[in-house]
Amino acid sequence: MALKIVKGSIDRMFDKNLQDLVRGIRNHKEDEAKYISTCIDEIKQELKQDNIAVKANAVCKLTYLQMLGYDVSWAAFNIVEVMSSSKFTYKRIGYLAASQCFHESTDVIMLTTNQIRKDLSSPNQYDTGVALTGLSCFVTPDLARDLANDIMTLMSHTKPYIRKKAVLIMYKVFLKYPESLRPAFPRLKEKLEDPDPGVQSAAVNVICELARRNPKNYLSLAPLFFKLMTSSTNNWVLIKIIKLFGALTPLEPRLGKKLIEPLTNLIHSTSAMSLLYECVNTVIAVLISLSSGMPNHSASIQLCVQKLRILIEDSDQNLKYLGLLAMSKILKTHPKSVQSHKDLILQCLDDKDESIRLRALDLLYGMVSKKNLMEIVKKLMLHVDKAEGTTYRDELLTKIIDICSQSNYQYITNFEWYISILVELTRLEGTRHGHLIASQMLDVAIRVKAIRAFAVAQMATLLDNAHLLTGNTQRNGICEVLYAAAWICGEFSEHLEEPMVTLEAMLRPKVATLPGHIQAVYVQNAAKLFATVLRGHEGVPADSMVAQETSQLLIDRLPLFVQSSNLEVQERASCILQLVKYIQKLQQKDVEVAEEVTALFAGELNPVAPKAQKKVPVPEGLDLDVWINEPPSGSESEDEGRKSKGKAVFAKEESRHTKPRYTEVDEKELAKRREVRKAEQANNPFYIKASPSSQKVYQDGVGVEHIPVVQIDLSVPLKVPGMPMSDQYVKLEEERRERNKADKKKKKDKKKREKGEKGRRRRGDSGPESEEDITPAHMVDIVTEEMPENALPSDDDDKDPNDPHKALNIDLDKPLADSEKKLPVRSHRPDEVLKSPMEDRQVVEVVPEPKKKTGKEKKEKKDRKKSKEKKKKHKQEEEEDLMGAGSEEPVQPEETKEVAAPPPASTPEASDLDFWLSNAPVPSNPQAAAAPASTPRTASGMAAVAPDSEPEEAKDTEPEETKSSTHKKKKQKKEKKKKKHHHNHSDGAGDESVQNGTVEEEEPLPPMSNYALLAENSYIKMMKQDADKVCDIQGNLQDGSQVVVSVIFENKCDSFIKSMEFNVLDSLNSKLQRPDGAGPHDGLIVPFQLPPGISNEARFIFSVQNIVMPQKLKGTLTFIVKTDDSSTHEKLDFKLHFTCTSYLITTPCYSDAYSKLLESGDLKGCSLKLEGVNQPFHHLLARICFHHHFSVVERIDSCASMYSRSIQGHHMCLLVKTADQTVSIDAKCDEPGLLGNVLDEIKLTFSQC
Amino acid sequence: MIKAILIFNNHGKPRLSKFYEHYSEDTEQQIIRETFHLVSKRDENVCNFLEGGMLIGGSENKLIYRHYATLYFVFCVDSSESELGILDLIQVFVETLDKCFENVCELDLIFHVDKVHNILAEMVMGGMVLETNMNEIITQVDAQNKMEKSEVRL
Repeated sequence: MALKIVKGSIDRMFDKNLQDLVRGIRNHKEDEAKYISTCIDEIKQELKQDNIAVKANAVCKLTYLQMLGYDVSWAAFNIVEVMSSSKFTYKRIGYLAASQCFHESTDVIMLTTNQIRKDLSSPNQYDTGVALTGLSCFVTPDLARDLANDIMTLMSHTKPYIRKKAVLIMYKVFLKYPESLRPAFPRLKEKLEDPDPGVQSAAVNVICELARRNPKNYLSLAPLFFKLMTSSTNNWVLIKIIKLFGALTPLEPRLGKKLIEPLTNLIHSTSAMSLLYECVNTVIAVLISLSSGMPNHSASIQLCVQKLRILIEDSDQNLKYLGLLAMSKILKTHPKSVQSHKDLILQCLDDKDESIRLRALDLLYGMVSKKNLMEIVKKLMLHVDKAEGTTYRDELLTKIIDICSQSNYQYITNFEWYISILVELTRLEGTRHGHLIASQMLDVAIRVKAIRAFAVAQMATLLDNAHLLTGNTQRNGICEVLYAAAWICGEFSEHLEEPMVTLEAMLRPKVATLPGHIQAVYVQNAAKLFATVLRGHEGVPADSMVAQETSQLLIDRLPLFVQSSNLEVQERASCILQLVKYIQKLQQKDVEVAEEVTALFAGELNPVAPKAQKKVPVPEGLDLDVWINEPPSGSESEDEGRKSKGKAVFAKEESRHTKPRYTEVDEKELAKRREVRKAEQANNPFYIKASPSSQKVYQDGVGVEHIPVVQIDLSVPLKVPGMPMSDQYVKLEEERRERNKADKKKKKDKKKREKGEKGRRRRGDSGPESEEDITPAHMVDIVTEEMPENALPSDDDDKDPNDPHKALNIDLDKPLADSEKKLPVRSHRPDEVLKSPMEDRQVVEVVPEPKKKTGKEKKEKKDRKKSKEKKKKHKQEEEEDLMGAGSEEPVQPEETKEVAAPPPASTPEASDLDFWLSNAPVPSNPQAAAAPASTPRTASGMAAVAPDSEPEEAKDTEPEETKSSTHKKKKQKKEKKKKKHHHNHSDGAGDESVQNGTVEEEEPLPPMSNYALLAENSYIKMMKQDADKVCDIQGNLQDGSQVVVSVIFENKCDSFIKSMEFNVLDSLNSKLQRPDGAGPHDGLIVPFQLPPGISNEARFIFSVQNIVMPQKLKGTLTFIVKTDDSSTHEKLDFKLHFTCTSYLITTPCYSDAYSKLLESGDLKGCSLKLEGVNQPFHHLLARICFHHHFSVVERIDSCASMYSRSIQGHHMCLLVKTADQTVSIDAKCDEPGLLGNVLDEIKLTFSQC
Repeated sequence: MIKAILIFNNHGKPRLSKFYEHYSEDTEQQIIRETFHLVSKRDENVCNFLEGGMLIGGSENKLIYRHYATLYFVFCVDSSESELGILDLIQVFVETLDKCFENVCELDLIFHVDKVHNILAEMVMGGMVLETNMNEIITQVDAQNKMEKSEVRL
């Protein structure tokens, strides 16, 4: 034995170590590969020895060779051997090698589990450290599952060195084994406040990574992070936290408001550029998330832009780059702030650094306006000429086209200029983007009808000079534009001045060198030109020679294409050749053929939207997955196949026969259909109606004369081939604008009309200059792209289904169930014998513990469950506004122990968050802020209404200024059928509910009404009845909760009112339910008419998503007032106010169930004190019952418990006590936000008494 | 997350490669080559960020690099890392190497790539920044080296 060791160490002396290997490789530069292969042979020998030192040395060398690109996976087992050495030196070598070359499919990895576990619990912290580091690189789902508990224990290790490594590696564990996230999370959260800054930083790091992918699960940590942000001085930690906030703010605007101030302070105080930059970035994210609701942050934007300007002006290229990057984020929401720095950005285009130029280009995209487009593009064109590298030049080219074509050519006022820019771009050498230019040419020529004449002339010039484009083989990409040129010249040949010349150019022998698909277009369009030439020359006897010469030209030239090796070219050419030969025969007999030849190419092509095909809805009753015929059985399949093939051919022929029949439908029928279709389009929200010419799209080719071809009054001859012309346009345009300005005063009226025309195109309202001042050079008429009728809205889902982070979308706010506190671990492992993974799995499967399933199976199951869970959770979170899992139904612990916590509960964190956020200095919700302002009036009005108040009386007692802002009062309603008598017994329900609990009637109840004036004018009055709730008590959230609003319409004038249309502007949260097929902005027709003095009631259903906040919806009622001799259209605006109590439904509750509910501890409390209430207690209760939809559970003297339930199933319990004119209400609810709002509303009700 | 850390010299010879996601050896070499190609053609006085992240992961990845004498230090990172922060980290890394090797030069990295790995392991773990404090890193590296020496003596 001793001898062996001695022998081993002697051997080792002769072995090469890593340094020798490196030196050897450097000395064998000529035959490196050969040298290395001999080294690998040596290494293989060394690995066969028993001496661990020799092996470790060999593995060390292999790690180096791996870096050089050699596959060393064959030595995986030896690496494991070295890893398991007891000496730290070797262990480290082994783990390093493993971290470099092990991965999930390395099968020996599963042998390492026990070794790693041993190392993790080693008394030597560096053994543990090395194991953790190695594991972080090669952790597999199996390792993660088996070691999760060990690592979790290490998170509380006494040494910070181990703690921080354990915390960091948990992220990898979560990724591979998502089930560990919930059990480990509490401890991870603890580490955020670890005394060691390194550990703290690691925890922040991990949570930031987690939160970046699934931010909403981490919102409840916001207060903690906020505290860290204001207390930490570690810039690394601060940067991470600030980045995290950037990801959280879009989900919770209130958070953003809270952040602005400390972030601004940091921006002012920090000297670290990296921190400053991240602060600015997050402020931008906050501003983006607030952009709708908060107008008063211009100071913050200014601060950001100003700081970014400093970065951009810095001489450090890195800061410049980042400044531009952040600027482009601001651009999206606050373009004006960025546009004022145009000078700086244009300056960056001249920067020597390509990355910076590219960033600046990105910014330019958002900075153009009608006014500066030409100027900016001119500048870019200069850069195109100067650009040395093709990549940057190509980038410039695409940017020019992007900038010009953005938003449907929104900023182009002069399309002639744009065409000439495109033509100039064709002179770029070696660009890859020929097809891009070509498609722009086609797009513009097809969609801007007014430009066709000009475009055709330009294209003809291009075709004539085609040799310039094709001469150089390097310019291959650019010859694509000839494709467009040929097509445009052919299709719109009626605009050609000299079709003969162009035809000749298209048939030059040189054309045969072009790519096949371009030749094919040449041939086809030569035929179109031929038709045009014929038409131009026929009828005039002197010209018949010209026509015949043209035929001869084609007959001479086409054979060249007939010989083409490209099938398409060949086919078209031979077909057309025969056609021309036939025509020539006819011509010789003096037969007029032009008419028929032209007919070959008649008809106009319309642009079709790219997604049109995809959006054709599947007709009702058509199931594309169902077999039309039963699938043939296997034995007959061949036979059947042949048959069906035959059928198909037959069917095709048949359809060909029927086609002409279809076209024979008479004109009247066609017109009728057109009308129907137009009407459909008008109602179809998905049909693009932007263009004034949309109706033209549906007209036959004959309708071409409608196209407004505007005379172009250009004084400068522009068609000089080979000269850049766009500059001249810029000059012309300037002159024109000057003229326009001068004319403006004189022709104000005319101007208005012009503006109207322009308004039909979508206009950017973001430009800093008054864009109104710029009228397009000529009427631009962009044909919109066709979409199928009833096109479906886009539902593209761009989430990557393979993203490992999807599995980590786990609710972390739910408290852990007992069963969850420990991770499921295998009780034992099979011995460390080399086995295939399959065998291993089988062994485990036999283990008779039901919950320990094999990795794969388990994962599958979990995935399924998780996807369901996620869906559910997602919904829930949206609706409950982060308030935790209050309404989630209890689930079997057995079923969900890995992922979901069973008991329904809202955690302290969640409510803390809300509390924390609601303390924000800024009002947390504009709606909430608006509510108190308008509610008092309602209440006072309500109090004065007589008990049997008819709507009219209610109106009389309303204060004067009831224009549009009164709201409903509440009244509970158990059954719909009651509704019929509603306005007669409006107080009945109130009594009833009080009687639930009050035995005696001490005093008659004061009158209460449930109608409120919604809006009125001299014609009509709208009374809104309490929103009655109809809901799915099951809390079936998928169906959305519904609120029914009854509105009484009363005719106040002497005329007949008809065609009432009720419409409401939907908010994200509340939507008016419209019949199927109606668009989101369509109004609902009120199903009755009103003779003078008559009132009637209509009900409208709203679906509500989130009931935590009160809602306000704006709406309009349009109607026609018909008098004997005239009828007028009238409009009445109103606002519907859904208070939170309107989401409550009176639900009886027995006292035992009630006390159980309170005992469960799931409800959060809140209390309210009302001073100076001097009404009898039972009146008070009645009011609460009536207006806030509660029922009395129990009443003892001056104390009562009340209960209600929201339409989404939140329980709400009140304990009302009274003493000396003071009423105290203790309330509990599983949804604190809702509770708070309801209490506010109760307070308001009583403050009016 | 840091996706990869590469060190190569002015000729593109790899001196250290650390990938935090698995790639085959061939792909790794290709990534190194292409990264070298991207980085080496850039002037000295241009910015240190490159959006050439198509090599590793998606387009949201960035290359952040620094050039010291004969060596390029390239970090490939995703959007959760702060650009300027990573530049600082590279600086810390290089300074740490300088302390550990006493005036580090390319040769140190050539012959002691294992040591460079060990130092790096104290800074970045599994693609996440572990420690940025140079003194702390050096303390840990030294302690481990001491342990190694004591084992050799045994």
